[in-house]
This record gives sequence, C-alpha cells and structure tokens, in this order.
Amino acid sequence: MSDVRYWNKEIETAGRSEIETVQLDRLRGIVTSALNAPFYKKQLCKVGINSAEDIKSLDDLRRIPFAEKDDLRQNYPKGFLAVEPGEVVRIHTSSGTTGIPTVIYLTAADLNAATDLLARSIVATGAGREDVFQNMMSYGLFTGGLGLHYGAERVGMMVIPAGGGNTKRQVQLMKDFQTTVLHITPSYLLHIDSKLADYGVTLEQLNLKKAFIGAEPHSENARCKIEDTYRIDAYNSYGLSEMNGPGVAFECVYKNDLHVWEDAYIVEIIDSETGQILPDGQEGEVVLTNLIRHAMPLMRYRTRDLAFIHTEPCKCGRSHRRLSRILGRTDDMLIINGVNVFPSQIEEVIMRIPEVGTNYQIYIEKDGVLDRLTVKVELYSKMFLGEAKQIEKLKAKIREELSASITIKPAVELHEPGILPVSEGKAVRVVDSRKQL
Amino acid sequence: MKITQISVFLENRKGRLYDLCRLLGDNGINIRALNVAETESFGVLRIVVDKSELAIKTLKDNGFVANLTDVIAVEIADEPGGLANVLKVLSEENVNVEYMYGFVEKSSDKALMVFRFEDSQKGTEVLKKCDIKIATAEEIEGL
Repeated sequence: MSDVRYWNKEIETAGRSEIETVQLDRLRGIVTSALNAPFYKKQLCKVGINSAEDIKSLDDLRRIPFAEKDDLRQNYPKGFLAVEPGEVVRIHTSSGTTGIPTVIYLTAADLNAATDLLARSIVATGAGREDVFQNMMSYGLFTGGLGLHYGAERVGMMVIPAGGGNTKRQVQLMKDFQTTVLHITPSYLLHIDSKLADYGVTLEQLNLKKAFIGAEPHSENARCKIEDTYRIDAYNSYGLSEMNGPGVAFECVYKNDLHVWEDAYIVEIIDSETGQILPDGQEGEVVLTNLIRHAMPLMRYRTRDLAFIHTEPCKCGRSHRRLSRILGRTDDMLIINGVNVFPSQIEEVIMRIPEVGTNYQIYIEKDGVLDRLTVKVELYSKMFLGEAKQIEKLKAKIREELSASITIKPAVELHEPGILPVSEGKAVRVVDSRKQL
Repeated sequence: MKITQISVFLENRKGRLYDLCRLLGDNGINIRALNVAETESFGVLRIVVDKSELAIKTLKDNGFVANLTDVIAVEIADEPGGLANVLKVLSEENVNVEYMYGFVEKSSDKALMVFRFEDSQKGTEVLKKCDIKIATAEEIEGL
C-alpha cells in the first residue's frame, strides 16, 4: 500500500470531540449568514432560531427543517443568497427539471475553503505535486471540472485542463505529457481502452497511475475492471453541485469507501419516507449540511442519494467517517454518461412540440461502455404534411430542444400513433436496460 | 390539372407495408403509382390510387397517418431522352423537382410520371408553355 499522506493532518486525524467542536462553531457561523438569506430568514424564525445563540449544541441542527431541490428551484435565483452580490466571486448553475435551474453562490473565502477540501481529497489518494493531472470532466457551469482543477493546482500538480470529449486528443495529451492522474467518469475511462489500439497507442507508452472516478454511480466490479485494464488505482469521488460539487467525500489510499470531510459537511442518513434519522450502518437518504459556504448556506439538504455510514476506524488514520458508494436514488433521476437527467425535463420538452402526441418513452442502453439515450415519440396525425423532409426536420428540432434542456443529444425516434404506452395510468415511461457498471 | 397523391407515414416495422397494401386491396382500391421515401427509421409512402377519397378515409380509419398531397402527372415520350427533354425545360426555367416517380401503367405510347415541384403553379405553367401534356384526374382514374 502506498504511503499515507495528509494535506492537513491535524484536522484529518482529529478526535470526534474536536471535529464536533469545529462543526458546532461553524454551524453557528452558517446560521448567522443564513439569517441574511430570504429563504432561511423565514425558515429559521419559524422554528425559533433567531441568532447563532439559539444553536446550543449540534442537536439543535435537528430543529432546522430539511431543504429540498424544490426549495432551490422555487427560490431561484436569489432566495438563498446571504451576502451582498458584490461579495460573490463565482456561481454555478445546473439545469432544472422543469426549466427552472438551481444556482449556488460562492464568496472568495467559500471558494478557498472548497478548493482546500479538494486538495485534501487529492492528497488522501497519495497523489502529490510530482503528479501530472489530466482533468477530463467538463468545465463551465458544471461543478466537477473547475473544482478539481483548482484543488490540483493548490496541491501543485501540473494540471492539463482537457475538459470532456475528444478522445483522440485526450490520449495524445496523456502520452505527450505522461499524465499520471486522471479525473474522469468511470464509463468514459472504460471507453477509452477500446480506442487505444485505433490510435496506435499502447498502455506502456502511457504513465497512468491513478484515476479519480465520479459523477456517476458505479460498482466495485467497475472499479476492478478499470484497475485491471489500466493497471492503476481508481478512487471513488462523491459530491453534488448543491454542495459545491466534488470534495464532499473521497476515498483514501485504502479505497474502503469515502471519507466525508466532516469539518466541512455534517452528514445525516435518514429514512426517506419518514424523515427519521437512521443509525450508522443503515442505508438511507444522505442529508448534508454545508459548513463552509456563507454566500449561500444550505443546511440539511436532501440529496436523494442512498448510502450508509461506516464508523470503524480506517487504516489511514483519518477520523472522518466513511460514506458507502451511492447505492441508488430516492427519485427518478437518471445519470447518463455522468449527466443528471430527470424524465420530467424530457417530458416538458415533448409537451411543447405540437407535432408530436403526449405519449413518449425514454430508452437508455449501453453502447459499448457508454450510455445511449433514445427518446421515442409519436407523430400527431393531424400535423403530418405528407413530406419526408418535414419528418426529418421535426426529428432534428426535437433533438435540438432536448439537448438544450438536458445538455446531451439523444437519438429521437418518431413512431406512428398508438405504438407507445398511453399517457394515462402507470405507463412505463423509462426503460433502462443498462446493467450498472 | 392536379392529381391527388396520398402520403402515408410508416415506421420501419415488419409487415407495415403489407398491412397497408392488404387494407387497400380488401377495399377494392387499386394502386396506380407508388414510391417510398425512406430513411433509417421511417418511410413516407406515396401512392396514386383509383379511388383517393375512399383510400384516405380507409387509411385514417385504420390508424394510418396519411395526408393528401397535390402532384402533377406528366406524359413523357417513351423513348431515349424523353425524360431528359422534360427536365431540360424545367431546369432552364428554374423549376425545382422535389421528387418524381413513374406510373405502373401506360395510357398510350407515352410514359406517365408523377412530379412534385417546389412551386407547383410555376411548374405547371412551364410545362404548358412547352406543350408537354399534363394528365387530368379523370384520365388517371380511367386508366
């Protein structure tokens, strides 16, 4: 096993009571900031929290109501903003399920704290300033790319900001700059292997040592396959845009599930039906409180991700408890090649196109190791003008509108009416034939 | 001078074309001319039949997505260069042909072709000007 490295040994190995002291202190700070945000001012006053003084212990966290994705949408764009707009140095938005996006705000200090957690995550995997880091996640509004980028720079790695796609160039970069660490979705990494021969590149010409794999759930089998194929170590990464993206929890060199950085995030596992807090070890919905973001406080946020908490000590010496890999979702969110897609987004687009009927079906299948999304719709009889090119144009239009909404381009199939399951009742709208990686 | 074409949207599904032909046959409808515009996942079948109104009603009643399109049937000398002569005229007058296809039967020593022009009126005028015979709906039904 590689040697254990720390970014901030003191906090990473702190005892439970020390961590809880930091949590309480930071929670009070977040509550103070939250009282400046229209959403929280109302929410907190309702439960009798009018200042940080009302948070006497960590147990008082439980007085704060859960926050949901819908709260973020309904309060878009400024309902959660807790600082003067001039204090904000960065925003990230994600596309919404019904056309309303969600947004997060960061001050310079917030961004600094988030970057530090990513540096900590990177170092926990044994990587360091001697490494060459190729960041193959999308940059831009998506939090995954920029987060790791700045974390890697802080560690002092040589960063190649490759972004997503263009496999041939990615391989060229890996070869020319002898990349040692990749940040990538597991399915894309598996896909690249099938391309190496086409480019005339062998694994021996590359210098890969580690991969940070995230943005989509994967099994232990997928990790093993990646590690065997490339003869590297692959580390699971967990985060979500609402919590600043990656860096919420990360695996250490022992790869035995993900340390939640508990000085920055309070994690609770709840029964998603009753909202009751579950004991460690029991599977339930992950609920997170961000302790390091003052521009946009978010407490007890229901992630809809299902997982459980490990408490047994980790051999790496870190005291921060570990989160299992994500075992599923409590909602119908689909993750397609690392992009989050809600069926309702697709439905919303289809419903505003007059040429197609209201019946539709969403098919997701594997094309090699990548996901392929097909949206099937029915041509509305009265809108048929008798020309093939009209149908071609319509297909292209549906494809464009869908890709504007969900950011990936699906295949579109037009069918005769009466072929797809009818919209009433319990129609099977989503057919997902993928086996989990 | 226009004749009626029936356009039917057909998805690529085994037996779908058979279903349609069987249905027309069972209802005593005869196909005079036929053409399929096909893509990877669907096709648009274009037909000229002897009883257009009955055909469209029958198709719609049986769940087909069908529509009527106006096309022009042109008589062309059935000899080398016959079609080229007609296309030359159209080309010189800047009339764009969207598609065309031939009739199964012949009325005389002339071949019959269906034309769909981008600008139907202009196409008709150009053909008339050049004394190219356009078949009437009655002539088509009487075939």
